[in-house]
Amino acid sequence: MKFKAMTAIAALAVSMPALAFADADDDTLVVNGEIEMITKAAAPAHLADTLDEVISGWHMRSDETQIMQADDFDNPGMIFVEQAMDDWNTVNGEKGKSCASCHGDVEESMTGVRAVYPKWNDSKETVYTMEMQINDCLTDGMGAEAWKKSGAKMARMEALISVQSRGMPMNVAIDGPAEATWELGKELYYTRTGQLDLSCASCHEENYGNHIRSDHLSQGQTNGFPVYRLKNAKLTTAHGRFKGCVRDTRAETYKPGSDEFIALELYVASRGNGLSVEAPSVRN
Amino acid sequence: MASGVKPRVKVPKTAAAGEAIVIKTLISHKMESGQRKDKQGNVIPRSIINRFTCEFNGKSVVDVKLEAAISTNPYFEFEATVPEAGEFKFTWYDDDGSVYDTAKKVAIG
Repeated sequence: MKFKAMTAIAALAVSMPALAFADADDDTLVVNGEIEMITKAAAPAHLADTLDEVISGWHMRSDETQIMQADDFDNPGMIFVEQAMDDWNTVNGEKGKSCASCHGDVEESMTGVRAVYPKWNDSKETVYTMEMQINDCLTDGMGAEAWKKSGAKMARMEALISVQSRGMPMNVAIDGPAEATWELGKELYYTRTGQLDLSCASCHEENYGNHIRSDHLSQGQTNGFPVYRLKNAKLTTAHGRFKGCVRDTRAETYKPGSDEFIALELYVASRGNGLSVEAPSVRN
Repeated sequence: MASGVKPRVKVPKTAAAGEAIVIKTLISHKMESGQRKDKQGNVIPRSIINRFTCEFNGKSVVDVKLEAAISTNPYFEFEATVPEAGEFKFTWYDDDGSVYDTAKKVAIG
């Protein structure tokens, strides 16, 4: 509720651009003049007691950064998507196959995929991230070597697949067989780590919109991942970001691709159910 | 030759005669600064785009000199007036001698 009041103040501040406000703004995101993004949505049911509204990190960024994401030519993340398109069509591994050999046109076969991952994999009886699925395809389907978890090739392939779902609302399943993993993710989200004794919730639930160092805290939504970060001019995966956050609490981090981060990815993704897939988004 | 270099430009397909149009260009390029060392401690030679030019029907529109502090994937956005139908030619010059170019036609309409 406190947050809503502050948003109203931010709206008033629009006529006084000299005032720098940390809170989410009321801008709207339309990519390429055609894909309308849902960047604010009613909180999913499981968050009913904690949040009224879920907000994309896009709202926490400056106008200049926001505009970069509104046009694919201006969005540097799209360079990596193009590179992944080459990977998609490149034959790799002993079986002489490319991604396209099985999946055909990425624009058709991968539509909607990003919005439902991570998800339960029936045959493997565990929760699968897109990364695990990609590596399974590489090793089992193509007879190629698996890519490094959260590495550059992996990030850009995830970005390419995500682009096909842009604008669709995130909708990961948290019930059924995935529930145990989701519960683990929830526990990790509220577990304090490191010398600074911070949990994910300390910043992204209790303090979003406030300043941290010289930046504005977002709600930590994953709908924009992999995200192009201006600070290092590269794509960053959700696990890469988790690692950075845990490190910043001055803790030893879990590894990208670990069971802990897979569970956390599922839980955090579920907190953004209803927000549009934005990847590759542009952030600081 | 640096790897993964690809020039991209965005130019409207048509313009009114005399109209100023917005041109956006971006080349994916590592922009190796010459300050870094490899694992053996040898300096990685500088390889940046040091010059970018845009010509319209052979006439210079912009001619830019780039220095070592320019970021990876250099992006330029500028305006140009289009007096008649013709072709914009864009050229990027790399330290290592490579030259990358692309062109876009503009019609009057």
